[in-house]
Amino acid sequence: MMNRLLSLRDSREAAARGARRSLRWQRALPRGRSLVTAVPYGWLLLFFLLPFLFVLQISFSEVEIASPPYRALVTRAEDALHIALNLGNFTYIFGDPLYFDAYLGSLRMAAVTTLICLLIGYPVAYTIARAPEAKRNTLLMLVMLPFWTSFLVRVYAWMGILDNEGLLNHLLLSLKLIDAPLALMHTQLSVQVVMVYAYLPFMILPLFSNLVKLDGRLLEAAADLGCKPWKSFLTVTLPLSKNGVIAGSMLVFIPAVGEFVIPELVGTPESLMIGKVLWMEFFDNNNWPMAAAVTIVMVALLLVPIVYLHKREEKSLARAAKH
Amino acid sequence: MKSFETNLAYSAGAHNAKPYLQIVDVVKKFGDHTAVDHLNLSITKNEIFALLGSSGCGKSTLLRMLAGMETPTSGKIILDGEDITHLAPYERPINMMFQSYALFPHMSVAKNIAFGLKQDGLPRGEIDERVEGMLELVQMKKYAHRKPFQLSGGQQQRVALARSLAKRPKLLLLDEPLGALDKKLRQQTQLELVNLIEQVGVTCIMVTHDQEEAMTMAGRIGIMSEGQLLQVATPGEIYEHPNCRFTAEFIGETNLFGGHVIEDEPDFVRVQSTELPRPVRIGHGITGTLGMPVWLSLRPERVGVTRRQPVSHGNWAAGTVSDIAYLGGFSIFHVRLDTGKVVKASVPATRWREEAAPIWDEPVFVSWADNDAVVLTQ
Repeated sequence: MMNRLLSLRDSREAAARGARRSLRWQRALPRGRSLVTAVPYGWLLLFFLLPFLFVLQISFSEVEIASPPYRALVTRAEDALHIALNLGNFTYIFGDPLYFDAYLGSLRMAAVTTLICLLIGYPVAYTIARAPEAKRNTLLMLVMLPFWTSFLVRVYAWMGILDNEGLLNHLLLSLKLIDAPLALMHTQLSVQVVMVYAYLPFMILPLFSNLVKLDGRLLEAAADLGCKPWKSFLTVTLPLSKNGVIAGSMLVFIPAVGEFVIPELVGTPESLMIGKVLWMEFFDNNNWPMAAAVTIVMVALLLVPIVYLHKREEKSLARAAKH
Repeated sequence: MKSFETNLAYSAGAHNAKPYLQIVDVVKKFGDHTAVDHLNLSITKNEIFALLGSSGCGKSTLLRMLAGMETPTSGKIILDGEDITHLAPYERPINMMFQSYALFPHMSVAKNIAFGLKQDGLPRGEIDERVEGMLELVQMKKYAHRKPFQLSGGQQQRVALARSLAKRPKLLLLDEPLGALDKKLRQQTQLELVNLIEQVGVTCIMVTHDQEEAMTMAGRIGIMSEGQLLQVATPGEIYEHPNCRFTAEFIGETNLFGGHVIEDEPDFVRVQSTELPRPVRIGHGITGTLGMPVWLSLRPERVGVTRRQPVSHGNWAAGTVSDIAYLGGFSIFHVRLDTGKVVKASVPATRWREEAAPIWDEPVFVSWADNDAVVLTQ
């Protein structure tokens, strides 16, 4: 009897010890977790939010011949702080059609690039995702291979292809398909071609990672229920890959809007894109506040689709949870 | 090939009705591997048939050939008089309930059930009506607008069933229908599922590796091994009169003794086994010859355990209790015979009203009646 009581007490104490230990663990855990999340937050704070606030501040100031070439927002005079917000840069942007055209040109170029990337990238991603596992990595490697070469070098390579004396014209001439070289370089077309080339992997990779997760049995179930293959693509595969389409489109569209290098190297001098305008304001006109305002407007423009998609996602989740 | 004349009489009943589904000499090869090997099977209308076998026996391949997801290397599949061997899955009047359910995650319960009906281009009103009816049948009306991920496993299973029944298929295929449910829910759902299928009145083939599931749900069972059907019969017939060693061992527990026929009379035979002390008498004739090698299958519940030596002349043996598994309602006694063979005997607890149950190492006798042992020729 005594022994049993003793062992009972022992086991109770052991249980209590265990509970205390696990409590300590639980207390330590959130700390560790927040430490892990602190890294990306810190990164965003340091390299996105802080610079962005600098730019925002500059966009509300006036140009000045000084170093740095803008007037400080906050000045101190006779024991009083003066904050001078200059909205002139923004009213100028909205007043001058040059900016409007540049924004519109950039958005259109980015939209068309995104659409073409989607039309080419989807079948490619689908094929890779449906390929046997052994082949899949090789195919993915081929998609990523261009990244091993510098972006600039690849754009220069395209210049070598599209030039009047370039590879493509040579080929077409020697095949007697054309009599005189085509003027491909420095056109909207050349910009479009190189943009699609440069951004295609950013469309393919998220689409692939989405499509590879698609359960093949769902397609079997669709077929079993009387659905022809092309229709099960439209009713099952496509809706289920929606998130991949959105992710890929964002990864292409957002950087494509601000693209500067490609239009600069293979584009026409006349067609203004917002990246080019930004460059001109900053380096040619040395007008930092104007350049900053152009940037802020561009970011605002990009925030619209991002926020819209985010809201829609939230709404559909909330709707699902309500039922 | 049946070892029993009685066996032939048993299975004759099933062949009287006109076959609804005929699988004729079907072969399926994947490279060198033969998954289904010259298989023949006939199924009558409104029958619930279970293909039972361990994994890799070819039962799933056979089911996929019926659904049209695999094409037979050779042979024919005929459903209701129509050769469907080479029809695409979406052209067949056959629907399948997948093991993983394969519900469309982006569609509500109602949309999932309506999916097949939409493919047929039925008018909207009729689709709504049929979906409503199906939801009622599986008692999921409340959940019509939920998405599959918001349902429990049992609810998902019911939606999957409703979806596969919605088109009123000529043949319903169930792939491990309850495999994804936990054990308690599975037992409860087995009879529920059978009731639903019978209520709708659909011919049904199910594939399972769970013999309890097959025996509870199916009217007839086909035991499959290495791409062939070894025995096709009712659950009772398969259990009581297995036609081969594989079936005898696969379904339930059994004691197997190797031996040969030493006496072959029209109304009884004697089998001598090196694992038993004296020849076993079987109370009926067999289709075999004198001296042929056979196996005896003796179910544990047929074996009696006594302290006193049995009076019967042949069907008993002496031994000692080597193990006892107490299972409440009954106990399994492992009795080691003098020949070294261990015989399992399943004895109900009520057997020990008058005397105490034997204990470990106690000398006992095992015995059985003339018709308890089944002679297996293959």
